[in-house]
Amino acid sequence: MKLDRTGEDLLNQKRPMDIPRPLVFAVNTTPLPIVQKIVDAVFRRALRQHPNLFDRLGSYAEKRFGFSPTGLDLAFEIHPATPSISVYRKRQAPDTDAAVTGPLVMLLALLEGRIDGDAMFFSRSLSVTGDMEAMLALRNALDDCGFDLPKDLAGLAGPFAVPFQELANRVRSRALEGLA
Amino acid sequence: MELICPAGTPAAYREAVQAGADAIYCGFRDETNARNFPGLNFTRDEMKAAIAFGRSRGVDTYVALNTFMRAGAEDIWYRAADDAAAAGATALILADMALMDYVATKHPDQRLHVSVQASASNAVAVNFLVESFGAKRLVLPRVLTVAEIAALARKVSCELEVFAFGGLCVMAEGRCSLSSYVTGKSPNMQGVCSPASHVRYREDGGDMVSELGGFTINRFGKNEPAGYPTLCKGRFHIADSDAYAFEDPVSLDVMDHLDALRAAGVKALKIEGRQRGKAYVAEVVSSLRRALSASPQARPAHVAQLRKLSEGQQTTSGAYEKKWR
Amino acid sequence: MTDEAALKITMGPVPYLWAGEKWRDFYYRVADSEDVDAVTLGEVVCSKRDHFIKPYLDEVVRRLTDAGKDVAVASLALVTLEREAIATRRLAAGQAMVEANDLSALRLLAGKPHRIGPFVNVYNGATAALLARKGATRICIGPELSAISIGSIIAGAPGVEFEVIAFGRLPLAISARCAHARAKGNTKDNCKFVCGEEPDGLDVDTLDGQSFLTVNGVQTMSRHCQVLLNDLGGLARLGVTHLRLSPQDCDMVAVARLYAEVRDGALSAQEAIAALRNLYSAAPYANGFLHGQPGMNWVAA
Repeated sequence: MKLDRTGEDLLNQKRPMDIPRPLVFAVNTTPLPIVQKIVDAVFRRALRQHPNLFDRLGSYAEKRFGFSPTGLDLAFEIHPATPSISVYRKRQAPDTDAAVTGPLVMLLALLEGRIDGDAMFFSRSLSVTGDMEAMLALRNALDDCGFDLPKDLAGLAGPFAVPFQELANRVRSRALEGLA
Repeated sequence: MELICPAGTPAAYREAVQAGADAIYCGFRDETNARNFPGLNFTRDEMKAAIAFGRSRGVDTYVALNTFMRAGAEDIWYRAADDAAAAGATALILADMALMDYVATKHPDQRLHVSVQASASNAVAVNFLVESFGAKRLVLPRVLTVAEIAALARKVSCELEVFAFGGLCVMAEGRCSLSSYVTGKSPNMQGVCSPASHVRYREDGGDMVSELGGFTINRFGKNEPAGYPTLCKGRFHIADSDAYAFEDPVSLDVMDHLDALRAAGVKALKIEGRQRGKAYVAEVVSSLRRALSASPQARPAHVAQLRKLSEGQQTTSGAYEKKWR
Repeated sequence: MTDEAALKITMGPVPYLWAGEKWRDFYYRVADSEDVDAVTLGEVVCSKRDHFIKPYLDEVVRRLTDAGKDVAVASLALVTLEREAIATRRLAAGQAMVEANDLSALRLLAGKPHRIGPFVNVYNGATAALLARKGATRICIGPELSAISIGSIIAGAPGVEFEVIAFGRLPLAISARCAHARAKGNTKDNCKFVCGEEPDGLDVDTLDGQSFLTVNGVQTMSRHCQVLLNDLGGLARLGVTHLRLSPQDCDMVAVARLYAEVRDGALSAQEAIAALRNLYSAAPYANGFLHGQPGMNWVAA
């Protein structure tokens, strides 16, 4: 794991980690049910690979967590106890027990424990609201459970698993370097 | 000097081992340690596995049981001490004198370290704990200058460990009830400081306001670096001005004093941060490991980037320099 | 089980920096009070203040002892400097009964009768019993403990007297750094004793104007004033033997009178609290810690 590089790079960002315009356009215009379907598949697969997440979350699994990537017209609500993930356009997003807002790349890096959430908070790159105890439990649970999205999700690509993982790794490292 | 590193989760433990820790300190997932935060710490099985993994790599494990035993529920702490000893902990880090007494009696061969929470701030106090409970090492509170540490080291009959990097307690450790005054939960009793259960952030006219138990701890302008909503690092109204009454949002960094601490006879340097993510642990431990073996001139380069990971994105030498007082 | 009427009243050490004469006259008045049984005095917060009371200490102790008070001298809470270590050693080696407020004092007093102050961490009966084996005869319980904990501690150390802070701002924290000097643009080493400008402590409010804490030199205290008048019977039943009144800048002899009258059944707690507001109105009242709540809370009877 190349932790030090990525953490430093993220902190050194001069401009916000922009998502390429065509991608933003694509995400914002794809019908929500389709986005929901993709996100569902990803969510379920990732969770199956990390059952210990719930053990560490304890009773906080009952809470509803909101994730709001800046720059995209999407908001996610995760209810670990079900488990379920729901996708909304930002206007329609429901209130959650605890929520975090920040650049998508940063949210994903946080999910994988590749960056330190506290440091992102100190630098004001992330903002958090709501039940801080629940948010802390989720952060700590994620930090321990070793998500590795390219690896975890490679299975979804079937026979193309290996090339998918390589490609995804490349996208991730470019994103984390702020070059995507 | 040994590098003593924090681990709040098994993943952070592995990172600390890989990054070059000499020893790692961690705690059980309950009120027996002073980082009793949601989602953090080790089950009995995780602790056993971590200790074994550390041992296979030549890394020691210290188990922190550094809260004070709740009257009437002492068994929780006694059992934790029994389990940590049985799991093969290199040392137990203790704060409560009755728990030290229990370990010294029940597990006489178990190495006993005195936690910073015990608040032994002078040679007579240190020797009292060495004589009474056979303590082998003591973690000094962050109230002494480097010169005072050197003077103290000459008079004590145990090893000394000092905090080198990370969170900075402004108040003498183990003697602070600020959190319980506001929230009912304290470091000494529940193992929490400014507990997350009572923290709220809200937007107010472009400012981010942090609150603890309904009290405003700070107000940060749009891009102003932020800190934890810790009581002693808040901005308050005092003597007709708005100011950081006790201390700024800032972390401790004593790398400038490394050689003086070594010359003083300090045995181990402790990194604070069991509540931080594994990415932080990996970065800080590897940077300090490099700094320890670097020349004094080359040292600042190794630690400069750590400032960005720190509270308020700034660091201080704290009480290690006299002017801080 | 102790009877409420048997509760004794202790006047605690003045936590603030008062002029030497004011400090002396305060304890002279206490010596004349029929309601005060015991007095613990001395500089606990900051060794730099020592010279303010030193010229008067011996005479004050003599006067209090002659008046029949049970007198103890408290040791410093945070001992780091050589001169502080020497002062603690000297105090422990002297004739007076000493209240230990740090671990070094515990070692120096071990083997002879002494008291334990609220700055030594006693959170359970096992610790109280351990200290009793080393010579402790009375323990003043730290501020953050609840009645449930206090009961369990007392049960764990039979034969020891126990004191709780029943009046006054509570000591919450102590630091190597002086927030009081800092607030006035000074450092601790060149403080010019500005803490003497606030004989009842310096207010700390939040940025939104909420009353929050009190700074007293290197010590941080509660903004609220602990008032346990509603709880005297309960405390006695727990086995508490002494009520400590921690001096605020008000008529403390009259405060002691109110506590004595409630203890003796001459006044209801309600009446006493109403009367207390005329004596000390500088701070809101609190009793939360005793009830297992945030220390600043007020739990009505």
